[in-house]
Amino acid sequence: MTPSESAAHTAAPPALHGAIALDQVIAARAPWDHVVRRGQTLRIIDLEGNQAVDFLMYKLGDDAERYSAQDTMAAQGNIFLRAGTVLLSNEGNPMARVVGTAIPRHDTIGGACSCESNTLRYGFHTKSQHACVENFLIGAGHHGMGKRDIVSNINWFMNVPVEADGTLGIVDGISAPGLYVDLHAQMDLVAVISNCPQINNPCNGFNPTPVRVVIAG
Amino acid sequence: MTESGTASPDGARRHARAMAGTRVEAMPTVPAGATALLPPGVPVEDMLWEETIAGGGYAAKELHRGARLRLTDLHGDACVSMLVFNAERPFERLNIADTVKVQWNAYLGPGSLLLSDMGRVLLSVLEDGAATHDTFCGASNAASNAQRYGSGDNHGPHPNARDRFLLATAKFGLGRRDIHPCVNWFKGTRIAEDGSIALQHGPFAPGREITLRADMNVIVVLANCPHRLDPRPGFCVSAVRASAWRGPPASADDPVRNATPEGQRAFLNVDEYFRR
Repeated sequence: MTPSESAAHTAAPPALHGAIALDQVIAARAPWDHVVRRGQTLRIIDLEGNQAVDFLMYKLGDDAERYSAQDTMAAQGNIFLRAGTVLLSNEGNPMARVVGTAIPRHDTIGGACSCESNTLRYGFHTKSQHACVENFLIGAGHHGMGKRDIVSNINWFMNVPVEADGTLGIVDGISAPGLYVDLHAQMDLVAVISNCPQINNPCNGFNPTPVRVVIAG
Repeated sequence: MTESGTASPDGARRHARAMAGTRVEAMPTVPAGATALLPPGVPVEDMLWEETIAGGGYAAKELHRGARLRLTDLHGDACVSMLVFNAERPFERLNIADTVKVQWNAYLGPGSLLLSDMGRVLLSVLEDGAATHDTFCGASNAASNAQRYGSGDNHGPHPNARDRFLLATAKFGLGRRDIHPCVNWFKGTRIAEDGSIALQHGPFAPGREITLRADMNVIVVLANCPHRLDPRPGFCVSAVRASAWRGPPASADDPVRNATPEGQRAFLNVDEYFRR
């Protein structure tokens, strides 16, 4: 680790601007959803370290427009989400900007775990375990959405390298307790989170833990 | 003005009927078995579809379990963005993230599976004469084409893949929220260690082919528009031919089915789905 990376890992999150509209802990394995208004900042804090936070967002009032991992990656010519990344919709509009984060990169290719994909990755014994798609269906369901509305998502704090021959995998995390990501909303949004319940790969250090969300401004 | 010949319904009918039989490059062969390009070993009566799709064009087809779908990059510059739905319940569809994650690889090639969001195989890649494909960059849209070419309107000279998807899916009763992350055939992406995306845009040798197998009853949607990251001046995309014919589903000893334990379970899930 370089000195600058070390400093980033120990720095406290910067103060948020504006009034705190919400400050909440999402329990381990739980879903969460909330409206974030244009101009507000959504901060997500990895309280205990290496906790994947699966994230989707939709345009408030026209939720067929939603986050697009592929548009976001193509526009920046890079698969990793970093400070400065503009998160685009499926119609090419900026939805939010990553204005600050204490870790080098976040993932948007690994998708969300589901009961069904778990049966492929780990075996049929995992079908009844908690999974992110279940959380997304509950969170999006609060806003009248359903299965057709679940698309490729963001995995904050999750580490998915791609090797030269295309090999990829969810590997040990690069986050740590207290590290954060700040999103600045560019439009009124419905944000949906699955605090990932996965216990069969290292995305949560094999131990799902709570995270904290703050909305300010 | 002289008599146009179409001033009366009778004249207009004669005028319209005189057009039949015109040949252009981008058109379907109807019936498909009338093709002059019957794939070797395929009986005429098993041909299901043959259509040449122009650069900028689109098409969609329902294919049943076992059907083969061959895409031919006729002139070496096709970029075929593909959506896939379970034809019986289109809210089950291609999941690109699961496709790359479950197979532990993001680069599609021979033996790759296209997986649904229900842990099942929608399509598998039987033959790949191209080896340059993309799971990362998705479809162009009106905004990205406007930025790139000055216009991205569906009715203009630079149609975008998302609008083509909208039109194709609408004809199956589907709409904006059914358009999911897609795969791009014939244009390749390679990822560097720092995450940057490099595009293999060609043009390539004419006639490269890929052959897919439908492992469920699927709706396949194709939009043939320039790749999002194509840096070349101009609207660079050329025609693709889609050909499909009846074939057998994956057998118990099928090598693609048995290539990996994850794939074996995905095919077992397909078997369970069809156990009725």
